[in-house]
Amino acid sequence: MTQSISITLKVNDKEYKREVEPRLLLSDFLRHELGLTGTHVGCEHGVCGACTILVDEESARSCLMFAVQADGHNIMTVEGLTKDKDNLHPLQHAFWEAHGLQCGYCTPGILMTMIPFLKQNPDPTEDEIRHALSGNLCRCTGYQHIVDAVKLASEKMK
Amino acid sequence: MKPAPFEYHAPDSIEQALGLMSQHAGEGKILAGGQSLVPAMNFRVVQPSVLIDLNRVAELSYIREEDNAIRIGSMARERHLEFDSSIKKRTPLLHEAVPFIAHPQIRNRGTIGGSIVNADPAAELPVLMLALSARLKAKSKSGERWVEAKDFFAGMFTTALEPDEILVEIELPFMMPNTGWSFMEVAPRAGDYALMGVAALITLDGNGKCEAAKLVYLNAGDGPVDAIEAAESLVGEALNDNLIESAAVIASEKEINPFGNMHASTDFQRHLAKVLTQKALKQATQRAGESQ
Ligand SMILES: Cc1cc2nc3c(=O)[nH]c(=O)nc-3n(C[C@H](O)[C@H](O)[C@H](O)COP(=O)(O)OP(=O)(O)OC[C@H]3O[C@@H](n4cnc5c(N)ncnc54)[C@H](O)[C@@H]3O)c2cc1C
Ligand code: FES
Ligand code: FES
Repeated sequence: MTQSISITLKVNDKEYKREVEPRLLLSDFLRHELGLTGTHVGCEHGVCGACTILVDEESARSCLMFAVQADGHNIMTVEGLTKDKDNLHPLQHAFWEAHGLQCGYCTPGILMTMIPFLKQNPDPTEDEIRHALSGNLCRCTGYQHIVDAVKLASEKMK
Repeated sequence: MKPAPFEYHAPDSIEQALGLMSQHAGEGKILAGGQSLVPAMNFRVVQPSVLIDLNRVAELSYIREEDNAIRIGSMARERHLEFDSSIKKRTPLLHEAVPFIAHPQIRNRGTIGGSIVNADPAAELPVLMLALSARLKAKSKSGERWVEAKDFFAGMFTTALEPDEILVEIELPFMMPNTGWSFMEVAPRAGDYALMGVAALITLDGNGKCEAAKLVYLNAGDGPVDAIEAAESLVGEALNDNLIESAAVIASEKEINPFGNMHASTDFQRHLAKVLTQKALKQATQRAGESQ
């Protein structure tokens, strides 16, 4: 018997109603059911951070939640940061300016981790930024430019 | 990998959750923060046939002071422990240690109950429960009981809970007056599981002598390890570097039993335990002195 459960949730301010199998991961729901492929999947065990999204404005791993658990909740993915490429969110703009990405695989997860971080720490030190980034792996940049980009963003967003 | 199929229930009261646990005894698994269970399911290391999700049980999510103790609902998130003012004031050891657990994204979902029931020897919360002499309340459809933290952990990923029981509340007595604390660990990177870690408590009497001591270790055996002999060697004494070093030797060479892993040999773990114990005891003693 395959159970199918009806869920209603908000993703990037838009309401969706879908039928899902309980074992469907939220990351797969976002990517495969809603076509929001900005949320990346690296490890599916919580370690890499690529799949980080906001659940009710707090960062969380979408690979460690089932889509059924998002019923009634407010989800934000990287697609929710901006409407189009000409109006980047200041955090995205800072990553572009400071070369905060190379292949870009880790970037959506890092952006979605930094959104609540900068809200809670509008004027972070380099040390605090590095600590806040500790749950996101990047295989390309060596992190220095990511740290620079977050610092730049904090200045822009003041 | 993707999890194997399961039947999903999301009760919205403890009553309903207990009913489901008794109905599915042995097969029903609690889903709390999912930060340990879901990775294991994604790897298919575990394939529970029924999941009982507690995330809608609002009555399990609280932190409050009552009768000289802090009472914490098992679904309180690790992130809430981190910022709670009662915890900071009444059990500063816990306040200091929570940020060492994983990363903010994990702590936003991970719960105190989930970490305790998971009983990972490398986890911080089981060690803190032992150090702070917690009592844990287990409930099933047929009743409830309190279990002391020292009787709760029953080996690697194993606890005293029965298959139909849910951990519902954690009771932490306020730390005693004139008590200093310290939590220290060494991890390969911030947020990783630590190679070795220690929680230390020192209570001083009116003459500045050690009245009570506690030393509990993580990743040092098949559960949190309470170094009773090392702690007792300090009681009744005016603490100095020599006494602290000899306690660190007793704990690191005699009482802990680390297994080693790909990042650290057992010798290195013992070395870390000795160094961390000395540092932690010094910090705890100093803080106990300051509070007098
Ligand atoms: C990348 C990563 C890094 C991590 N690093 C650390 C770390 O450094 N230190 C650390 O301590 N932890 C770490 N964790 C684990 C994290 O703290 C988990 O949140 C925690 O161990 C489990 O809590 P949970 O609420 O997510 O429980 P779940 O994963 O939902 O459940 C864990 C187990 O407990 C059972 N259970 C849960 N709640 C109850 C209950 N109330 N009654 C009965 N049974 C219950 C479940 O059935 C399951 O078997 C890490 C996790 C990840 C993904
Ligand atoms: S894919 Fe979720 S943390 Fe790696
Ligand atoms: S830019 Fe390639 S993984 Fe970070």
